[in-house]
Amino acid sequence: MNPFIEIITQPDNIAIVIMIFMVSFFMVWAFQQAFHNDRLLAAGLPVDGENDKFVDTFKPLVRIELIIALVVMVGLTVWSILVDAPLEEIANPTLTPNPAKAPWYFLGLQELLVYFDPWLAGVVLPSLIVVGLIAIPYIDINPKGNGYYTFAERKWSIIIFSFGFFVLWLLLIVIGVFFRGPGWLWYWPWQEWDHARVVFEPFRDLSSVVGVDSRSMAGFIIGAVVTGAYLIGGMVAPYMYWKKNHPEFLTKLGMIRYITIVFLFINMMSIPIKMVLRLVFLIKYVWITPWFSI
Amino acid sequence: MKSLPEITDKVKKNLIWKSIFRRDYRNTVRDRAQAVFGNVFLHLHPVQVRESAVKLRFTWGMGGITFFAFIILVITGVVLMFYYHPSIEQAYTDIKDLEYQVPYGVILRNLHRWGAHFMVIVVMIHMFRVFMTGSYKAPRQFNWGVGVILLVLTFLLSFTGYLTPWDQLGFWAITVGTNMGAATPFLGYQGPFSEFLHITPFNDVRFALLGGALVGGNALLRSYIWHCVAIPLVATILMMVHFWRVRKDGGISKPQK
Repeated sequence: MNPFIEIITQPDNIAIVIMIFMVSFFMVWAFQQAFHNDRLLAAGLPVDGENDKFVDTFKPLVRIELIIALVVMVGLTVWSILVDAPLEEIANPTLTPNPAKAPWYFLGLQELLVYFDPWLAGVVLPSLIVVGLIAIPYIDINPKGNGYYTFAERKWSIIIFSFGFFVLWLLLIVIGVFFRGPGWLWYWPWQEWDHARVVFEPFRDLSSVVGVDSRSMAGFIIGAVVTGAYLIGGMVAPYMYWKKNHPEFLTKLGMIRYITIVFLFINMMSIPIKMVLRLVFLIKYVWITPWFSI
Repeated sequence: MKSLPEITDKVKKNLIWKSIFRRDYRNTVRDRAQAVFGNVFLHLHPVQVRESAVKLRFTWGMGGITFFAFIILVITGVVLMFYYHPSIEQAYTDIKDLEYQVPYGVILRNLHRWGAHFMVIVVMIHMFRVFMTGSYKAPRQFNWGVGVILLVLTFLLSFTGYLTPWDQLGFWAITVGTNMGAATPFLGYQGPFSEFLHITPFNDVRFALLGGALVGGNALLRSYIWHCVAIPLVATILMMVHFWRVRKDGGISKPQK
């Protein structure tokens, strides 16, 4: 059988196919309502729901909750009748499957392991994601777009969130589920999995590009300078830009919020940057220290 | 032969019926309100809601669906617990028994498995909706944070349930997952700076998660207790806070300009 059909019809992966359809549907619905409200706002009209009347909870709301509950129950029951939950062989510590995949919702993090060492991909970045999500309401000082769909009034927050949600999270999950085979190597849907496949990885470290051994003192210093420049430059550059162009925004933001936003943002952007470095420039590590490598 | 109204009368006009339902429902403003705040389950709702809360377009019903999925998982989970021993000698054969011996055991397990996948999907879409409507903004900042923690707990609930069948899939997924714990800076034996704290494979984060240096009987018992008792308990408390705060912060968010 075609390996792709085999992968998408694996019982557990049906959930991911369902997720792709549901997420795409709701993404379109959300942006459609956002653009609709944007047109209303531009025309100076009230947005959807602004002139809402009150209705009784009993029965309009209770009725629709009951209907949704029944639909969900019927849907899950049909799913459970049609597809059986898999049960593999009994656990065997001496037999490692290849690839050994985490549950699907963690495959985005497992995918990060390609680009970062485990302490970053598995511990620091996930912690920053959770902290960053909780911080959103406190660092987003834009009072507009509260309680209705809109894009025009909060472009940047939606763009940044959507990039994190759809690309760095969901797309990496889809890649981890459908495009990763033995040895976590990339397999196209039409390719057979080959357990004997070996890939020569001509990866080098950043300092070797200029001919310096990345494990030497000079390499250490180059790595430290580049990493430091990214962190410090990333922290300072937006300040310079806003100071010049929107000083009033910077005053409104305040120093603590500024540091939090920019710190979270440069950490988030380190993911696509590391991806480009590895995939395009074949660079594995930027900075190697005796304790950790980035 | 008695007519239907007579039978209803007989059923309703006695001590037992009246003790349960207290009063008749007539379609009046007062009774519609009474139906909500006089009922322990419905009184999560306000007596009246804005039209947007009733239309699917705004909320997509995702928060409610997540809660409903959680209820399905609690019910099927409790029934599954009747057939399951969290020990490496019995866990796998218990699941096999569900397949071949227990009446409707397959459907029961399927419902739990697919319900769990479904809950993870809808809780993510719920978060997306709340973000897109800007509903995390004042005065709902705190409740967004509670929601993020509930999202993480949903992942952890699903993750801890992965090991319980004691098959290859769960065993290696948990092995991969908890190996991340070993990479924790300072507190995992493979993580940076751990040598300064004298961390070994036998006293690090992973050891605490697994109750051992490898995935074994202790890890199975631990994941079982996290899965069936500890995380549901915390999640339930946070759900109470979450729903309470939805009401206290003014219900489903409305356009504020």
